Amino acid sequence: MREFGYRRADDVQGAVALLAADPGARLLGGGTNLVDLMKTGVERPALLIDVQDLPLDRIEVTADGALHIGATVTNSDLAADPEVRRRYPALAQAVLSGASGQLRNMATVGGNLLQRTRCGYFTDPAAPCNKRDPGSGCPAIGGEHHNHAILGASAHCVAVHPSDMAVALAAFDAVVTYETSDGPGELPLAEFYLPVGRTPHRETALPSGALITGLRLPPAPVAAVSRYRKVRERASFAFAIGSLAAALDVRDGTVQEVRLAFGAVASRPWRARAAERALIGGPASAEAFAAAADAELAAAEVLPHNGYKVALLRNLVVAVLTELTEEAAR
Amino acid sequence: MAPPTSSAITLNINGEKHTLPVDHRTTLLDALREQLDLTGTKKGCDQGQCGACTVLLDGRRAVSCLQLAVAAEGRVITTIEGVADGERLHPVQQAFLDLDGYQCGYCTPGQICSALAVIEEHAAGWPSAATADVRPEAGVPELSAEEIRERMSGNLCRCGAYVSIVQAVARAAEEAAQPGASSRPWQADGPGEPGAPADGEAVA
Repeated sequence: MREFGYRRADDVQGAVALLAADPGARLLGGGTNLVDLMKTGVERPALLIDVQDLPLDRIEVTADGALHIGATVTNSDLAADPEVRRRYPALAQAVLSGASGQLRNMATVGGNLLQRTRCGYFTDPAAPCNKRDPGSGCPAIGGEHHNHAILGASAHCVAVHPSDMAVALAAFDAVVTYETSDGPGELPLAEFYLPVGRTPHRETALPSGALITGLRLPPAPVAAVSRYRKVRERASFAFAIGSLAAALDVRDGTVQEVRLAFGAVASRPWRARAAERALIGGPASAEAFAAAADAELAAAEVLPHNGYKVALLRNLVVAVLTELTEEAAR
Repeated sequence: MAPPTSSAITLNINGEKHTLPVDHRTTLLDALREQLDLTGTKKGCDQGQCGACTVLLDGRRAVSCLQLAVAAEGRVITTIEGVADGERLHPVQQAFLDLDGYQCGYCTPGQICSALAVIEEHAAGWPSAATADVRPEAGVPELSAEEIRERMSGNLCRCGAYVSIVQAVARAAEEAAQPGASSRPWQADGPGEPGAPADGEAVA
């Protein structure tokens, strides 16, 4: 590991100033991903700015009914929060499905958004990787890619985003708030993660030197009937090979509102808007759910070893929306 | 000017304060084992995946291999050495002993620290990925074998003593639920007070 300096920031302005002063600086939240990547040499910061003492550890309901979640709230506190569990159960389920109890106690909301892909070529500094070393190539396309992207990828990178939390946030139109030395800003989650294109090393639209201060979840009554379903290669403590965050409002057998976001299929959480459009105003039936999934997955481009994800996501959509239809009827 | 790459820090471990110099690259795990001779905490994968290095930070379980020592300053740290009351084993330790919740024993300190926290988390009403309905109105799920397996999934046992580990955690949880019992051996806020700051001071 490269040697590095360490500063603990007392307030947001101080953290942003430290970040602006050193291009080699990185923010340290729980460190569950960053420290691991520093050990292998994928990350080589010159300075760590520890954000654990920043006053960003609260979850609050605001007057307009939105939920504000601070950037240093831990995954554990997010998933245990009664308002999150009541208003956005799929978000609590998504967070609980990720990592282990130990890691959820350490990991923060801001760090979760910015965690890096677990593509084995990205995490191996000896391998070429366009995300880690732009222009060096992507061995995953002709190599080990059974858990790589089927949507939105490019000839330059087929890695998937590892976060479960961000999938539920995408379904619920979360907004990321941040602070820079030029002042505050915000980005809807739909614009937060950049398309892969030719620049897989550019992952988010955050301005350089920005510190994520938190998330805003707008009121979404539909989210009260929601679910996160994660498929993985073992029953617990593993990354998804496919996942779905879904919310559904059905009245008299007709879909009034629906939210669908896919995980582990793209470089970012994949909001399935084509599927949502196909469902609105139509019947809440297994046939309609399958047709909607097909509408979204028509854009899928599969590699030799990840084509199973198309059927997996289709089945997830049908199963989870069927369950939510039954739940709504109770 | 390049910032310094080492610091003198004070760590609060098992109620005692230790001042030591650390290279910033030092993990809490390596500081405990190599600098403070607290070798009960074990190094397994060193990547946050096996749980052998589990300790409690402000009463909450964490993997010490991904925790930088310098960033642990100001936290209340409890290791396996701080779990028993002198020669008297903690009920979680006794349950592992009575029910053979181990074979070689290497993962056991991490299993026990994790189990202590699992019992506290469950008592505080935290749901898990095994919880069918996470909404608060659904109440606290029973700490079933399925719940224990999910909540303990961050601790691997290569001997495969899982069946006995689940039984030991279940028995310790039952004992902790008895009137007047406490599963808490450490000196910090547990999961019952989300977001509550640790006072950083040991309680006698």
